[in-house]
Amino acid sequence: MSGAGPRLAVFPTRMALTAMKNRLNGAQTGHSLLKRKSEALTRRFREIVKKIDEAKRKMGKVMQVASFSYAEVKYSTGDIGYQVRESAKSAQLKVRAKTENVSGVQLPAFDMYIDGQNAFELTGLGRGGQQVQKCKDTYAKACEVLVELASLQTAFVILDEVIKVTNRRVNAIEHVIIPRIENTIRWITSELDEQDREEFFRLKKVQNKKKVVRDENDRAREAVEGGATADNAPSNILSQYDIDEDVIFR
Amino acid sequence: MAGKDRSLIAVIGDEDSVTGLLLAGVGHIDNKQRSNFLVVDAKTPVEKIEQTFADFTKRKDIAIILITQAVADDIRPMIDDHSEAFPTVLEIPSKDHPYDPAKDSVLKRIQRLFGEA
Repeated sequence: MSGAGPRLAVFPTRMALTAMKNRLNGAQTGHSLLKRKSEALTRRFREIVKKIDEAKRKMGKVMQVASFSYAEVKYSTGDIGYQVRESAKSAQLKVRAKTENVSGVQLPAFDMYIDGQNAFELTGLGRGGQQVQKCKDTYAKACEVLVELASLQTAFVILDEVIKVTNRRVNAIEHVIIPRIENTIRWITSELDEQDREEFFRLKKVQNKKKVVRDENDRAREAVEGGATADNAPSNILSQYDIDEDVIFR
Repeated sequence: MAGKDRSLIAVIGDEDSVTGLLLAGVGHIDNKQRSNFLVVDAKTPVEKIEQTFADFTKRKDIAIILITQAVADDIRPMIDDHSEAFPTVLEIPSKDHPYDPAKDSVLKRIQRLFGEA
């Protein structure tokens, strides 16, 4: 019988059939919508990947520049490393995370900002103070690039997850839900057809039986009437009503 | 979803890189005396690096972790495992190690995806 494979457990009625057909339509619309969403996200994803690639190379260069300026500082002022590390108290360079909505997904973006005043203005890095300042600026610029990169990277990771989930759902609908509903519809239709056939067969059988009984009665009646005319007795018209057919109990 | 309190940039790297970034102003010591940077030199044990990295990832106020590629190579498995969106792990070059895209965890992930796609 058709309906091989998993199907939903429902009673094979016409109402259930319409309900199933509606569900099938819903599932098909949902599937195409999700597929489109997945495609849009994947497109966005590839853009981001390209940007990440560029940004990483840019970062490589910027960091080089910053390293050089630091080397200059070391050359002219000596090693300020220890001082810098010890005077680190509250971060001035901070990032703010804001979310952007991209085709239904909340993607974060980092925004760099300066919080508070420049603590190193007063650090007794007197001689070569200009060098230090320049180095500071190059590193601040480097940070900007890094923050941008970080934004792209987080967006990348999140988008990756979302795309995986959406694709999973698309596949689930395509390979599990829709076939299941189609199987159910086929099964219901076959059950209804069989019921119709049974009904038809039953009716035919009943008609045949009635026909057989009627034929017998006709023959019996003819036999009686034939005998009566031979006796020259008036035929009893009412005798055919002697045999009372049971209406209910056959 | 995005931690609104995440605002710090953490640094793990060699002395020069860390100092440079601290000069820019990313260094922070909170009221529990925890810092958001770690200087790694030849004597630093790998466990300490791993521990610091794990701590930084667990903290809720760190948005970005900058790590030099040289140090990243020491704890490569941990970085490969880190797949959450926050905090973002960014590999930066250092004076002696120019940026090598082949080793970057994130780029490796991209390669894997486009190897299949």
